[in-house]
Amino acid sequence: MILDLNKFITQGRVTWSELEEILDRFDNDPGLKMRLPELERFHHVYQQSSADLARLSEFSAQQDVRIYLESIVARAFSLIHTPRKNPNRFRFFNWFFNTFPTTFRKHAAAFWLALAVIMAGSVFGGAAIGLDDESKVALMPFSHLMQDPAERVAKEEAAQKDKIAGKKSSFASYLISNNTRVAFLALSLGITWGIGTLLILFSNGVFLGATVADYILAGQSKFLLAWLLPHGSIELPAIILAAQAGLVLAGALTGIGNKLRQVSLKTRFRQIMPDLFTLMGGVCLMLLWAGFIEAFLSQYHEPFISYSTKIIFGAAQLSVLIIFLSISGKTRKSKREKA
Amino acid sequence: MHMPGTHKLIITTPEGIKFPLLTAGPVTRFSAWVIDWMCIFATLSIVGQIVQLFSLINQDLSYALYGLAYFFLSFSYSIILEGFWNGQTLGKRLLKLRVMDVQGLHLTFSQIVVRNLLRAIDGLPFAYMIGGITCFVTKNSQRFGDIAANTIVVRHTRTTQPELTQILSGKFNSFKAFPHLCARMRQKVSPDLAQIVLDALLRRNTLEPEARIKVFKHLADHFKSLVLFPEDAVFGLSDEQYMRNILEILFNDGKTSDQKKIITGEQEVKNGTAQSTNDDEGRTGYGQETFPETTK
Repeated sequence: MILDLNKFITQGRVTWSELEEILDRFDNDPGLKMRLPELERFHHVYQQSSADLARLSEFSAQQDVRIYLESIVARAFSLIHTPRKNPNRFRFFNWFFNTFPTTFRKHAAAFWLALAVIMAGSVFGGAAIGLDDESKVALMPFSHLMQDPAERVAKEEAAQKDKIAGKKSSFASYLISNNTRVAFLALSLGITWGIGTLLILFSNGVFLGATVADYILAGQSKFLLAWLLPHGSIELPAIILAAQAGLVLAGALTGIGNKLRQVSLKTRFRQIMPDLFTLMGGVCLMLLWAGFIEAFLSQYHEPFISYSTKIIFGAAQLSVLIIFLSISGKTRKSKREKA
Repeated sequence: MHMPGTHKLIITTPEGIKFPLLTAGPVTRFSAWVIDWMCIFATLSIVGQIVQLFSLINQDLSYALYGLAYFFLSFSYSIILEGFWNGQTLGKRLLKLRVMDVQGLHLTFSQIVVRNLLRAIDGLPFAYMIGGITCFVTKNSQRFGDIAANTIVVRHTRTTQPELTQILSGKFNSFKAFPHLCARMRQKVSPDLAQIVLDALLRRNTLEPEARIKVFKHLADHFKSLVLFPEDAVFGLSDEQYMRNILEILFNDGKTSDQKKIITGEQEVKNGTAQSTNDDEGRTGYGQETFPETTK
């Protein structure tokens, strides 16, 4: 290529400096909004600099100029080109009532798989307790569950004062943080081809099944329902939804269950990214609610609050959640299209 | 196994232009993470002081707020800052790193959230061991969060044009009497080799005297093997002066001193703003159309 370098640099330098100046403005003010003429100018100097880089890339002795141009073109490229489908402002209510349940239903297969695995774990844990009472030592997740359920119920009902008085807020804060961490882990372990996510689900199912079986065998079913339903009706589905997100991630990684299996891994990840964000956003809100309910309601028993009230509250909450996830965001148009 | 360090990811734009992104290695990223954690702890200690005021009203509430603040900050620090600063946290900004889309595109918010949520696995069992090992073994130094979110962390270097004034001082260059040999030299020298010569001359004063002689002898011997200038052109030249002459041929293309000013960065400026009236002259491709001036 025949190139008059000096002339080339003289002419180009002005444009490059202008592009660099615009990029610096964006660096200093990331929320910068440009007017149309400014945007046109930005695009023009970007294309001009790109063309200069293309011309210079063949020339041997101007490596520094080439590196400089590569640097500003790379910065401009990432600002100009964006994979965003919808640049509109985030609208919380639209997201919560439409996007979240729609995304949940879009990946229903992953949800059913997660539910099946946690149920299998529960059956295993319940069967283990039923067949061998000594397995309680290995299966119970918390030390306070080691005692005899009947003894615990008697103790709780005989309590004259609020045992978590003055600790309720910090207890709720602990529960929210801890459960959210578990949910994040369930999502993250999707990157292990979903194996880690399934293991977390199964182990949680075992703990749950063992506890449930222990209380049922001791004849304390009503206490159990009143204790677990108010918060568990939200907390447990939230963990299953986080696992659903983990399985969606695993599906994109392996290509299993993906309609577009032929597309590249990067494309598959790009397609599920907004769905993961949505599912985990919903999970966080659910766990926030569950944490408060567990600290402020679940830990109170008769005579403070009747078991029936707690059970009705928990059942109603679960019903609302099921209805919300099943039909919210469905429009007549989408129903017709489906039909 | 991929050896960690600077790796280039080549991006091709829709216009067909290729440019490299220098990916950041695990050590640099770990350093940025340490800085970020120091910031988080500093913020937490400030939050702790504020939250302590609540203990005057309710001790339980102050514990709860502090616990939530710790959890919220540790997970959302990176999400908020990377969202606000286009892929940079304070640590990354200080070390000139930036999170970018793996195709060089602008980051989306869901990418930022997903890469940070997956810290739950990258952080295991402690001090980002899994994430660090993954960075070491993957081609683009990506941890699991980066792989899932299609992101990379790049070194965001600012480059400037070379300062040649101190080297090309307008001294007589005997090689210019042989333009055909100069042209052959320019043809044979690769960009990397030209850069080595430039670096050697720019950093010559930092070398020990013996090392300086040795380096320039080595370079001169190599260039003599590429193109041999006649005896009367090289008579009396030290190896270092020989390399200066070569550099002038490579970078200056045998132009006049006025034109040297252009290469060495003396930009024409009028009324405090750069002139752009003739910036399209003599070019092809983009930029033939006229666009309005940028509002200053």
